[in-house]
Amino acid sequence: MSQYAIRVDGLAKHFGKIVAVDSLTFDVREGEIVALLGGNGAGKTTTISMLLGLLIPTAGSLEVLGVDMLRHRYDALPRLNFSSPYVDLPKRLTVYENLMVYARLYGVADPRARVADLGRDLAIDSFMKRPYGELSSGQKTRVSLAKSLLNEPDLLMLDEPTASLDPDTADWVRTYLKTYQDAHGATILLASHNMHEVERLCDNVLMMKEGRIVDRDSPKALVSRYGRATLEEVFLDIARGRPGPEPVAAQ
Amino acid sequence: MVSVRPPARSPIRQPGFLFSGRRVSAMVLRYFYLLRGSLPRIVELCYWPTMQMMIWGFLSQFLYQQSEWFLRAGGILIAAVLLWDIMFRSNIGVAISFLEEMWSRNLGQLFASPLRPYEWAISLLAISGLRTLIGVLPAALLAIPLYHYSIFDMGLPLVAFFTNLLIFGSAVGLAVSGLVLRFGLGAESLAWAAIFAVAPLSGIYYPVSVLPDWLQPVAFALPSAHVFEGMRAAVIDGVFLTERFLWSVGLNVIYLALGMAAFLFAFHVARRRGQLLQMGE
Repeated sequence: MSQYAIRVDGLAKHFGKIVAVDSLTFDVREGEIVALLGGNGAGKTTTISMLLGLLIPTAGSLEVLGVDMLRHRYDALPRLNFSSPYVDLPKRLTVYENLMVYARLYGVADPRARVADLGRDLAIDSFMKRPYGELSSGQKTRVSLAKSLLNEPDLLMLDEPTASLDPDTADWVRTYLKTYQDAHGATILLASHNMHEVERLCDNVLMMKEGRIVDRDSPKALVSRYGRATLEEVFLDIARGRPGPEPVAAQ
Repeated sequence: MVSVRPPARSPIRQPGFLFSGRRVSAMVLRYFYLLRGSLPRIVELCYWPTMQMMIWGFLSQFLYQQSEWFLRAGGILIAAVLLWDIMFRSNIGVAISFLEEMWSRNLGQLFASPLRPYEWAISLLAISGLRTLIGVLPAALLAIPLYHYSIFDMGLPLVAFFTNLLIFGSAVGLAVSGLVLRFGLGAESLAWAAIFAVAPLSGIYYPVSVLPDWLQPVAFALPSAHVFEGMRAAVIDGVFLTERFLWSVGLNVIYLALGMAAFLFAFHVARRRGQLLQMGE
């Protein structure tokens, strides 16, 4: 089995003349938590979409959990999952109904037991019978997280998992993710604007700008190399094009 | 306090099966939940076919008094309207179920899962059959006490007509769904309108022979025209036209393949253009 959960080589996506992602090359080792960090339009969501097989790349190759996603993505899809604010669950279905449908789609052996377990773990059982569309943002995020954990994924891709959450709920979600990763040895790829979240959770950071990876390292190493106090300052240096150190393993 | 269960003893490691009945049934369950959760939706499903049947039923009653031909062909308009509704409802059944996913911005979730697009299409066909039955059955049953006409008297030919119209309506629904996927929700009115494009040529209430000579071959390129011709033969002459049946089956195979191909092609284009994550209200 591959020691890499993700291997991407020369990945590009063009929408007409717009270059959304340009020649990305990176690896994520199994069991790592890695952040895709960048401003709006940096290409984070596009990259995750390609990794999930929702978007066909213009060029390049990508391997997820040892599977060539351009040729055999259905071999990998049962073993990965994702959560994103850009998608929703059917609003008129209850939380329970939504989770049962997705449990069956992912081939979960005992859907009822798994949904009940996640209901307790993620503290969503009190609103299991409510329509998804009637939930608050925080409740929806928990449900979305529950959906993304139904199949106990080896690779979890999270696009802004704590966007629009209050600090308490956001902290709770981060703690849960870290605990899940520890218990399952799962790999997590995280796209986020939240520097605190990235510093707290991630082993490595891929800094993206205008569809390219402009730097990569652990959060501590990045802060140290840029001579800054926080990752947010490093982010601002990169986003605003201030001169910085020589990027590590730049493309 | 955060707690996470340890990994399951036998974690799921399903290979990428080409087809899974379980995934199809999961999607049928999803649409069933939607239907079950809304009484107005169920009532609406039955309402229009029943209203149509009543209007055409009373018109038939009037025409029986005016025309000997109609008297001989008792129930032909009611049969026609019920069969038309099967075609219309099956088309709408596919298209509306498809639109539900777009309205709820659920396409990204669905296709990041192991669900294959053709499994989804099959689930749309299945739920369309269920919606059609729910819609048309009460109207057909109501015609018995109201007009002393039972479409079920046709017997086995009715099953043949029903199946063929269901498949044809669904095939058009799949093609329309493909168009909406390709052009976005701006094209959603096609879901209701498209099937009416074939209605005048299908000879629902009149024989195909009344169409201009040049238009008749076009009409007979539609499975529905053969079904309605067959229906008239069954109601008026009490015969089952095997040739018409075989034509409708053969044409349906082609239309279903074309509808599925259009749908899968639109899905592929949507993956290339990044529409699976973007589409929604």
